[in-house]
Amino acid sequence: MTSFSSVPKNIEATLENSTVGMPRRNFLKSAGLLAVSFGAGIGSVQSAGAQTGATPQAAGPYIDPDFHQLDSWIVVHQDNTATFYVGKTDCGQGTGTSFRQLMADEMDIAFEKTTCIMGSTDNTVDQGGSGGSTAMERDAWPMRRAAAEARRVLLEMGAAQLGVPVDQLTVSDCVITVKGDPSKRVTYGQLIGGKRFNVTLTGANVNAATGIAKLKPVQDLKTVGQSPQRYDIPAKVDGSLKWAVDVKFPGMVHARNVKPPFAGAKLTGIDESSVSGMPGFVKVLSKGNYVAVVCEREEQAINASRKLKTTWEKPATAPFPASEDLFNYIRGAEPTSTTRPMIVGNPDEAFAGAPKLIEADYEIPFQGHTAISGAHATADPSNGQMTVYSNDMKSYGMRRGVAEFLGMPKEKVRVVWMEGPQGFGRTAADDAGCEAAWLAHELGRPVRIQWMRDEETAWDTKAPAFAVKMRGGLDANGNIVAYDYNARTVDYNHVGYNEPDTVLIAQLMGSRRANPDKGSSATPSEMYAIPNRRMATAVVRLPLIWETPLRTGNLRDPNGPQSTFASESFIDELAAAAKADAYEFRLKLLTAETKDDAAFRRARSIACLKAVAKAYGWDSRPSPNPRSTGNILTGRGIAYGFRGATVVAEIAEVEVNRQTGHVWAKRLVCAHDCGLVVNPSSLRHAVECGMLHSLSRAIHEEVRFDTEKVISVDWNSHPTLTHADTPASIEVVLVNGDPNPDRPDLPPYGAGEASCKPMLAAIANAIHDATGVRLRRLPFRDARVLAAINANRV
Amino acid sequence: MSNINLKVNGSTHTVDVDPSTPLLYILRNDLGLQGPRFGCGLGQCGACTVIVNGQAVRSCITPVSSVKSEVTTLEGIATRGRLHPLQQAWIDEQVPQCGFCQNGQIMTAKALLDKTPNPTDAQIREGMNRTLCRCMTYYRINAAIKRAVKTIAEARPGAEREVVA
Repeated sequence: MTSFSSVPKNIEATLENSTVGMPRRNFLKSAGLLAVSFGAGIGSVQSAGAQTGATPQAAGPYIDPDFHQLDSWIVVHQDNTATFYVGKTDCGQGTGTSFRQLMADEMDIAFEKTTCIMGSTDNTVDQGGSGGSTAMERDAWPMRRAAAEARRVLLEMGAAQLGVPVDQLTVSDCVITVKGDPSKRVTYGQLIGGKRFNVTLTGANVNAATGIAKLKPVQDLKTVGQSPQRYDIPAKVDGSLKWAVDVKFPGMVHARNVKPPFAGAKLTGIDESSVSGMPGFVKVLSKGNYVAVVCEREEQAINASRKLKTTWEKPATAPFPASEDLFNYIRGAEPTSTTRPMIVGNPDEAFAGAPKLIEADYEIPFQGHTAISGAHATADPSNGQMTVYSNDMKSYGMRRGVAEFLGMPKEKVRVVWMEGPQGFGRTAADDAGCEAAWLAHELGRPVRIQWMRDEETAWDTKAPAFAVKMRGGLDANGNIVAYDYNARTVDYNHVGYNEPDTVLIAQLMGSRRANPDKGSSATPSEMYAIPNRRMATAVVRLPLIWETPLRTGNLRDPNGPQSTFASESFIDELAAAAKADAYEFRLKLLTAETKDDAAFRRARSIACLKAVAKAYGWDSRPSPNPRSTGNILTGRGIAYGFRGATVVAEIAEVEVNRQTGHVWAKRLVCAHDCGLVVNPSSLRHAVECGMLHSLSRAIHEEVRFDTEKVISVDWNSHPTLTHADTPASIEVVLVNGDPNPDRPDLPPYGAGEASCKPMLAAIANAIHDATGVRLRRLPFRDARVLAAINANRV
Repeated sequence: MSNINLKVNGSTHTVDVDPSTPLLYILRNDLGLQGPRFGCGLGQCGACTVIVNGQAVRSCITPVSSVKSEVTTLEGIATRGRLHPLQQAWIDEQVPQCGFCQNGQIMTAKALLDKTPNPTDAQIREGMNRTLCRCMTYYRINAAIKRAVKTIAEARPGAEREVVA
């Protein structure tokens, strides 16, 4: 039994050496710190054993670390360093560094003396990995409480050792001294280095895990609020980091998928002889409509996957309309579900009496993750177990999904999380993980799979397309008296994370859920006080819902950018119709009524709007910009919204080339309030990049398809933001808390997504300001903008 | 298959592969280098960039048999244990988000600065334009390149040296 023998060396070192003289798993196991859980794995014989009262035996070596044990979270070493084990993954926003800051401060250990291990299912407690921008908002709390508890326990040990009560001790960077007599001292390393705390935490679930120590008040935190450099960056710039794509084993083979050439196609034949003579050929593996080619070398697998002759039968009916017909299709489709409309006041009456009515239709196409590299995973089936090396942001979910997909007890399955291309939600990494595991299981050899560019761009999960009808009524003074938001979203059979029955390989093999996920839409996230308002949403479906490249899944603030594009563009249309300044118009809507201000969200909305206008130097005037003349037309646009408790207001300044239609966002300004700021540098960067992600969605990104297949399959047919598009200036104002100065303990909220939300509308509003043309269909590529300019004789 | 000699980062290697194999797979899978990475396999994104003859080359579409000069990868641009000024600037500006594309960003920037030591902003945008980042770290990349330009200029012989105690 060589449990670690096939682990890449750097991982092995991390796991083996994390505790003096003892592998991590043995360290936890020997203290009984692994929670033995039963029943989840298919064919779990232990459940029966447990029922008959026999001594429970785990079905495999990979037992969940117990979040109730302090030792599962923190190991202190003899040299006064510490390793933190957290059940999270860092998809590039620097959350690991921030966790270290928070835990180091609570524990009174220098940040530099700590390391952080993340997201390996058998070594770190299950905090779910990443998602929903919950790293600081939710998941950092049990980490902080564990660190505070470690400090408390160490102080008690120090008191016993030094023979004085705890209240006569002081601690600084792992050194406990007696107050007034610094010669009496003992270090954390001397007290517990390499040994276990054996301290039990309480709490009904991992989020509630806690000791009895109290957290420090925010004012006493030292590195929190500072910007120590991210620990992961040096190895990413000197080439030394081993990524999930770099995992290799002796005997490992390479696989490439052969995807159906048409959506919904049925595989009718494989001519293995078309590739069996190729160098390095190992095998063609197929089940249902899933096909993969396996070769000894990577380039051989790529070549063979392209040469393999397969025949397919097209579906009897077209799987979807062509992308240029999508919005008419959506408007004409029968909804699969609707929500009960949210109604304030009496909108029908208000519309009937409003002297000025405005209507507009907004159209947001499917947009993909289109990660910089194809989805990938490496799976090792050694010893009758399954280890998957993946960058999937939800490694714990992947472990459960893989175990269930293969019918293995989950104690025999682990997922080792390693760095990879960005994870902004339900990426195709989920699919690749199950594919690698299935292929390795079938072959009995370690398998590495990676999706090619066309696969990734065509077949990754998509953010839902939206068609939104907006109506507004203004009174004679330009006040909004009636408002109607009506969204239709293509999101039926929304794909969840690592679901063994909806991952693409399962679908291709014939898995069909009896009750597909009904999907969801969204209403605007703003705090405007409008006396008569109606908001309704509906979900519609495309003809093909299984085995389709147009499968929807979460992408960074899943429905937020789409709904906010419509709502914040339309507020601008109403402001322009009222001949009002766009910023002042919004401010008036926020200050109109202040009774319903849970979490100070309205007050913080006002603060963010004011902060962004001040930073930009906003001068009051209606849109469009009367001074915008010549070939380069200049305009500004403002938009705002919130994601959870995080509020964000943004201003974009654009230049529109009247001759070419090209849009350049020259300057972006953001006011961002996510409460307590842990690492300002990391936060600013995440906010900047979030804005640019939505800028890319605003001016470039669209999944295009004919009635058979996706036809945007690479960086030419699916363009993305480039260096040339980069703004000359980006400013981020960290509002950091509500306007009430008596709230220093404002908690941290999420920051990975909020800045994406308003940018699509801010760009649209700026283009309108520059040109007088209102664009309601994304993206704003040159040809579309130019056509609109010409049609409006700008 | 045939034996092909390849000089990479100062060392010579012989590999027995199909001569049409793209350089990328040799670097990654035979020589164990991790800097160059597969992004698109089409020469469109730049994640696989290496430097050959002073040119930034997309190794994913470069047959190994066509490589006649020494290949430099991300692992080979540090000198005597000191990071290249671009690598240091990448740390100082905290450029990466996920970091997957940054090999291509750094190597493309190096080839640019080797030819154009003092580029204008427009030259940086043009020179870097076909090197893609899906986390959208472009703004900090631009700042890091400008920072590295200064560092390199200051270290040049004849340039006024900072006095280090």
